Amino acid sequence: MATVRPKVDAVIVGMGWTGAIMAKELTDAGLSVVALERGADRDTQPDFAYPKVADELEGSVHRKFLQSLSQETVTLRHSPAEVAVPYRQIGSFKPGTGVGGAGTHWSGCHFRALPEDFKLRSNVEKRYGRRFIPDGMTIADFPVSYEDLEPHFDHFEYVCGTSGKAGVINGVIQDGGNPFEGSRQREFALPPNPNYLGAEQFYVGARNMGWHPYPIPASNASRPYVNPYGCQMGPCNFCGFCSDYGCINYSKASPNICILPVLRQRKEFELRANAHVQKVNLDADGKRATGVVYLDGQGREIEQPADLVLLCAFSLYNVHLMLLSGIGSPYDPKTGLGTVGRNYSYQNLNRVTLFFDKSVQANAFIGNGGAGTTMDDLNGNQLDAGKAGFVGGGIIWARQPGAGPVRGISVPRGTPNWGTKWKRAITDSFRHSFYFEVQGACMSYRQNYLSLDPTYRDGFGRPLLRMTFDWNQNEIKASQFLVSKAQEMSRTLNPVSMIGDAKKDGSHYDTTQYQSTHTCGGAIMGSDPKTSALNRYLQSWDVPNVFAIGANAFPQNNGYNPTGMVGALGYWSAKAIRERYLKNPGPLV
Amino acid sequence: MSEPPSKFPSRRRFVQGLSLIPVVAVLGSCGSRSGNATGTDAAHKPYEPRFFTASEWAFIVAICDRLIPADEIGPGAVELGVPEFLDRHMQTPYASGAIWYMQGPFLEAAPEFGYQGRLALRDILRVGIAEMDAHCHKAFGGKSFAQLTAAEQESLLEAAQAGSLQFDNISSKAFFSYLLGEVRNGYFADPAYGGNKGMGSWKMIGYPGARADYMDWVTVRDKPYPLPPVDLAGKRG
Repeated sequence: MATVRPKVDAVIVGMGWTGAIMAKELTDAGLSVVALERGADRDTQPDFAYPKVADELEGSVHRKFLQSLSQETVTLRHSPAEVAVPYRQIGSFKPGTGVGGAGTHWSGCHFRALPEDFKLRSNVEKRYGRRFIPDGMTIADFPVSYEDLEPHFDHFEYVCGTSGKAGVINGVIQDGGNPFEGSRQREFALPPNPNYLGAEQFYVGARNMGWHPYPIPASNASRPYVNPYGCQMGPCNFCGFCSDYGCINYSKASPNICILPVLRQRKEFELRANAHVQKVNLDADGKRATGVVYLDGQGREIEQPADLVLLCAFSLYNVHLMLLSGIGSPYDPKTGLGTVGRNYSYQNLNRVTLFFDKSVQANAFIGNGGAGTTMDDLNGNQLDAGKAGFVGGGIIWARQPGAGPVRGISVPRGTPNWGTKWKRAITDSFRHSFYFEVQGACMSYRQNYLSLDPTYRDGFGRPLLRMTFDWNQNEIKASQFLVSKAQEMSRTLNPVSMIGDAKKDGSHYDTTQYQSTHTCGGAIMGSDPKTSALNRYLQSWDVPNVFAIGANAFPQNNGYNPTGMVGALGYWSAKAIRERYLKNPGPLV
Repeated sequence: MSEPPSKFPSRRRFVQGLSLIPVVAVLGSCGSRSGNATGTDAAHKPYEPRFFTASEWAFIVAICDRLIPADEIGPGAVELGVPEFLDRHMQTPYASGAIWYMQGPFLEAAPEFGYQGRLALRDILRVGIAEMDAHCHKAFGGKSFAQLTAAEQESLLEAAQAGSLQFDNISSKAFFSYLLGEVRNGYFADPAYGGNKGMGSWKMIGYPGARADYMDWVTVRDKPYPLPPVDLAGKRG
C-alpha cells in the first residue's frame, strides 16, 4: 500500500521549464506546492561545471544529460496498420530528465509564434479556400491569440535574458529585426550575440535572395544580466558545448538558473527529485483528481494528495500520464473519436552544409546554441502557399551550437566513411565548413497520433506510449521547396561544394537520425471538447483540476522552436489559475 | 590462431607473439610522449586487454589499422590507442546497454527504426568479431581476419558495410556500423578514455579540445585559430 503524504494545494509532475514556471506563479499566489521530478536534482555546480562538461563522449555518446531509455521510452511505427517497435536508442529526438529537464540541454532558440500561426486553419481557408487543406489533415486554430499571449511571451523572454533584436515594437517596424513578427511591447532583454562566420554569411546570402535576415532570438545571454526574479546570468563565451549539454557559464537560460534559485528559498515549495510519478489518481466518478502516486528513490509507492495536479513533464510523457490515468478519452483514428493522443506533430528539419577552402575560417568548434541568423520570408503569410503547393511555412537559419569530432564531421558527397580518404576529408572540412538548416512546420493528420502500446512495457510495468507518425506529402513538398531555396541562397556564397538532404518522395520518418526534439501535440488545446483534450487555459475538459502544460497542447507545429510558446502558455495558464480558478475551482470554460 | 579459444596461447605469449605493427606503434607513441618528460615505466608497457580475448584483440588491432590507418595526413587509430579505448569502453555500463531499451519482444523492422536486436553494444562487437573470423576461416583457408592482407581486409569491410556478408547472429551492416562508430569515438574522445593519445587526432583536424572559451575568436576571420588543444586533465597538446 502506498504511504500517503500530507495533502498540498498543488502537485507538479516534472521540474523542467513549465514545472518551474507553474511553481513560481503558484507559490507567488501563496499555494503550497510539491514538485515531483523523476530524475536527479541538478545544478550548474557541480553538474554542469567545467571541465567535466567539455567531454563529448559523456555528453554525446553516453548521453549524460538526456533521459536514459532503459526504463522508459516510446514505441514507433509509421502507420496504424503496422506493429510498433521500441525507440531503443536515442535518435530522432532527445527527451531530458532531471531537474531542469530538457531546459538544461536545449539550445536556446527562443521564438514567439506568428499571429497567423495561432489561426492556422481559418487563415489557410480564408487565403486559399477550404479545399486547399488536404483530406486527413487535422490542423486547427489555437483557442488563444497572439495578443492574448504577448505579455507572457514578453515576460518569459525577460526571465530568460533572451538576446535579440525586435522587428516590430508597438506596431512600428524596427531596423535589424524581423519585420514580419507580431508586435512586441518592447525591445528584447539583451542585444544579439556576435555573429560567427556562418551567421554573418547568412546575412549576405539572404540579402542576395532579397530576404529580410535577423538575429535568432537566443536565450544565451549576450551580456551580464539579472532577470526580474533577481537571478543572474553571465555572457555566453561560445564554449561549443551547448545543445545536448548543460551550460558551464550561467549563460544559457534554464529553469535551474533562471527560476529555481528563487523557488529553492521558498517554504511553500518542496522539490522531490527521483520521484517518478506513475499515475494521477481520480475520484470514483473520474471527474476529479485527488493527487498522484509516485515511486521514490527506494522504489516505495507514495501517494501525494493535492487539490490541483499540474502535468509539466515532457510533452510525450504528459500524454502518457493522461492515457494511463484515464484523463479524457483515448483518440481512435478509425472513428476520429476521442481526444487524448490526437494531432501528434513534429518538426520538418533539413540541413545544407557548405564546404570552403582553407582560407575560410569557419571554426565549427566555436558555438552558441541559440544564436545565429534567420529569416521569415517563407514563413507564415510571407509564403505563397497556393503557389508553393503545401500548408505551413518554415524558416532557414544559420546556427552553430558547437561541433566536435565525436559529434561528427560533415564531409563532401562521395567521401568514404573510413580510411585515408575519409581522414583527408575530415581534416579539410572541420574548420572550413558551416551549415544552414531549414526548420519547417509540421501539420497534424488523422493517422499521426499517440496511444498506449499493447505489447511493450516500461521498467515499472506500465504500457509504453506508442507513436504513430510518418511524413505526409505536404511535409515532403515543404522540405523540397525550402531546401531548394536554402541551396539557391547557399550557391550565392560560392562554396567549393555543398550537401543537402531534402526529403525524397515517398520517404519515411527515420527515427535513427537526430532531427528535432520538438515533439508536439497529443493533448491539444482547443475550443471544442470533442476534438481537444484541453481548453484554452490548458485545463483538462474532463478533469478540471488537472492542467497539462507543454508542447502537447499545440494543435500542430509551426516553423519555430516551441520553447518560447511553451513558456508563454505556462504563464497564461498560471494567470487563469491564479485569477479565476482559485476563486472558483471548476471548469474555466 | 585457428584453434578454439581453450587452446589459445597465454595472453603474455600472445602479446609477445603479436610483434606486428600495432605493438611497435603503441611503443613508438609512448616513446614520443616520454619526450615530453611525462613518460613512466608503466607508460612503456603495452596495454593488456581485459575485455577482449587474445583472438578478439588481434581482430580489433587489425581493424583499427584498416579503418583509420597511419598515413601522411595524421596518426592512425592503433598508435593513438584506440584498441585500448575499445577494451576499456566495452567494460562501461554504456556498452552493457545502460541507456538502451533492452526489453523484448525483438521484432524485425524497417531500417528507419534502428537496431532492434537483443544484443548490447559489447555483445554486438563480440558476436560480430566471432562471425567475421568464422567467415574468414571458411573463405581464407583457416586464416583469421587479422592474418589476411590489408587488401583482403578492406574488401571484407566494404562487404560488411554494405551488409552483403551473411552472419547468423548479427547483421554484418549493423556490426560494421557500431564498430566504426566506436573506433571513431576512441580516436576522437578525450585521452582520458585511453585513445587519442597525445591529442593526436585533435591536432590533425585542428580541434582545440576542451578549451571551451572562444569569446575572443567568434568574429576573427583573417587568421586560423592559433591555440593547440587541451584535454580534460588540463594537458596541452
